[in-house]
Amino acid sequence: MLKFIVKRCALAVPTLLILVTITFFLIQMAPGSPFTSERQLSPQVLANIKAMYHMDKPLWQQYLYYLGNLAHGDLGPSFKYADHTVNQLLASSFPVSLRIGALAFIAALVLGVAIGTLAACKQNSLLDYCVMAVAMTGIVLPSFVLAPLLVLVFSVNLHWLPAGGWNHGHWANVVLPVTAMTIMYMASIARIQRGSMIEVLNSHYIRTARAKGLPWRIIIMRHALRPSLLPVVSYLGPAFVGVITGSVVVETVFGLPGTGQHFVHGALNRDYSLVLGLTLVIGALTILFTAVVDILYGLIDPKVRCQ
Amino acid sequence: MTLTPDAGDKEAVVQFAQALEIEGRSLWKDAGIRFMKNRAAVASLIILALMGLAVLVGPLLSPHSYDAMDWSAMTVPPTLENSHWFGTDALGRDLFVRILAGGRISFMVGLLGALVAVVIGILFGAVAGYTGGRVDSMMMRVLEILQSFPFMFLVILMVTLFGQSLMLIFIAIGAVSWLEMARIVRGQTISLKSREFVEAALVCGSRQTAVIVRHIVPNILGIVVIYASLLVPGMILFESFLSFLGLGVQEPMTSWGALVNEGAQSMDVAAWQLILPAGFLTVTLFCFNYIGDGMRDALDTKDR
Repeated sequence: MLKFIVKRCALAVPTLLILVTITFFLIQMAPGSPFTSERQLSPQVLANIKAMYHMDKPLWQQYLYYLGNLAHGDLGPSFKYADHTVNQLLASSFPVSLRIGALAFIAALVLGVAIGTLAACKQNSLLDYCVMAVAMTGIVLPSFVLAPLLVLVFSVNLHWLPAGGWNHGHWANVVLPVTAMTIMYMASIARIQRGSMIEVLNSHYIRTARAKGLPWRIIIMRHALRPSLLPVVSYLGPAFVGVITGSVVVETVFGLPGTGQHFVHGALNRDYSLVLGLTLVIGALTILFTAVVDILYGLIDPKVRCQ
Repeated sequence: MTLTPDAGDKEAVVQFAQALEIEGRSLWKDAGIRFMKNRAAVASLIILALMGLAVLVGPLLSPHSYDAMDWSAMTVPPTLENSHWFGTDALGRDLFVRILAGGRISFMVGLLGALVAVVIGILFGAVAGYTGGRVDSMMMRVLEILQSFPFMFLVILMVTLFGQSLMLIFIAIGAVSWLEMARIVRGQTISLKSREFVEAALVCGSRQTAVIVRHIVPNILGIVVIYASLLVPGMILFESFLSFLGLGVQEPMTSWGALVNEGAQSMDVAAWQLILPAGFLTVTLFCFNYIGDGMRDALDTKDR
């Protein structure tokens, strides 16, 4: 098992390095520079600015310099928000995104597994059909369609919840964003869980357990749940990426001061260093999370780690 | 009793055999019949065909163009008057034409993106699976590394750096989506390459490339079709997502994602501007998903 973990972590390191390299060279290939503006800067000023950002050095030195800074966790200054470093922007916005994202992720996982299991236990009943029809709708409703629709219904028409804003994380401001992010992944997880649970329930050892006279509750909780969770666990990686991506949309729609909104504004303002820094942070998070999921998979399924 | 049949019997047998000569049914035809039995899939196919037709022909039927502003009719709800069938947006542009024009982009991105993914995925997967050994394990490492990338963000980074263009979206989407395809194709190739017909082809002196192109690839097309049909809605979603954020298709051209975004901004006064494009997008995604499911049921012989 230890060997498996070490091997999996070893793969994450080159992945991170490649990500950093790709992003660095993408920046170099980009036409224009962040300092091209309507107002022509005098050559002297331009040279000074370039020296400040170490852009006057040869490419390989810039690359090493950049790697060195990253190793310190320093993402550099933002090009457009002149008085802020990327780290500061990140520190102020990350807690917002984390809160929403974590809530959405946990809700999607718990509710999805519960609904999927319920549908599988009552297979081909009316409940099953209803739940799966709703799940299909959830899957095809992307968050950027769902979020405005939720606002239209619950804020504009019913006036139940605020249409946007953060308000220091008041619960009323959190409900709609989290719902918009949760539904799609909850629906996917429910579908996956239903399929795998049905497969598990048809297997011989479940039949044995029933023949022994065990109550349903114990069969499901003790025998069927763990093996049926495998496909769900392997879906956690994509779901994590999806929740992060969804946070971009949701933060834009609801005007939350999170990382995703910085990302979009940075992209629209062509704020290179901000977008780059955020890409790296999100990339690192994703890579780490995928590694954790793989290890988790190995913990649940002994077959995987023996390969 | 003689064992040799007389002439009359023989003729009867030949006639019987000729009558028996039923037309052989290929696997594809079989799958087609199974697909046609799936009502949800067929309905989706019909809806999508109509949608495709509307997207191609519809804008010609309306007297308006997608970028022309009608100063006398801004934010008009759907009406038969003045042929603004779906109403107009805040700038007085006809929503009917804009939705259909946006639909062109969505369909094009979906189909072309899937095509790119299919081509790259097949090539990469078939080569990796067929060659095997060290090359295979290296190609798989590359795949694994790429797969744990947050591509959406890399694409946004590219859009930030190189500006917004449709071409870039095509490239980005195609480049992102072939990974899973390659993995599936590789698995199939490995299970095919030790089969007798491949050996026979090699014994007959076929070159390796010919074996891959002529014998391996046609045999994995079934699963490729299934997967490609499930890829299309993903592509459409991806493009809409970028356009929603303002990073995709640029004004005055539009796409469903961009229209949903515009609609979201004015929904308190003009709900139809949000609901109509959102409806088109959702219905299309629904249909593509059902068709994909239908194809899987029809082509995947494992479940029968």
